[in-house]
Amino acid sequence: MKWTLVLMVICATTVGDVFRSLGMRQHGEIHDFRPGAIGAAFGMIARNSFVIISTCAMAVSFFSFMKLVSIAPMSFAVPMSAAAFIPETLLARVLLKEAVDWRRWAGVGLILIGVFCISQ
Amino acid sequence: MPGISELARPETRADSDLRAKTRFFAAITILSNVAGNSALTKGMQQLGGIGNSPLALIGALFHPWVALGVALLIVWTLTHMTLLSWADLSYVMPVTAISYVVTALAARLFLGENVSLARWAGIVLVTAGVMLVGRTEAASARVESRPR
Repeated sequence: MKWTLVLMVICATTVGDVFRSLGMRQHGEIHDFRPGAIGAAFGMIARNSFVIISTCAMAVSFFSFMKLVSIAPMSFAVPMSAAAFIPETLLARVLLKEAVDWRRWAGVGLILIGVFCISQ
Repeated sequence: MPGISELARPETRADSDLRAKTRFFAAITILSNVAGNSALTKGMQQLGGIGNSPLALIGALFHPWVALGVALLIVWTLTHMTLLSWADLSYVMPVTAISYVVTALAARLFLGENVSLARWAGIVLVTAGVMLVGRTEAASARVESRPR
């Protein structure tokens, strides 16, 4: 049960973040921060299919994490959930065509070890 | 090598504006995430066990700390989405991980929690990782599509 929930959190977080990034990129850079313009932009974004999939995945991730912390200690749940950084970085390179150089991989490595230490 | 191409191109006004905008939105994303999660945790702890029924969960939303937590997490969602409209996911995700450090330091400052040696080591490692990623170009996918 514990490992199924870990897998669910990692998969749902990855899908949520990657689809959110795809949706926002499809929408284009937000330049205008006046309340009316922001409202109109988010009105359009709310109808973007990538963003809708992302929001559903984020909800699955949130509730799976809540369930996980109810059956496992935070010192296990937090670093395990942070492992989503690995598939997300991989997909950012392959799917989103981002320039993922050694500094980004090394940064992710340091952060994962760091999160493990902080959670103990 | 990306490092060389970055050095070869002089920084324009648009580049520095983009960097300032990225830092501003990253800061709001981090702070709203930490404050939202803290408020939600405080509220849920005050409520105690609420069970699994949807009605009880909806009722919990009217608790002041839970409501504040949810409002801050909505701010987090909107700023995170705004940031991703130009910045790379592989930049935003590690940089906003500094929230783990902010949470640990806030626990020490406000709750007087003890920070063990392992935790301090973790804080140093996460900060180093964030600084390393922070030195990369925030919007590589965007820059490639921009005429030079």
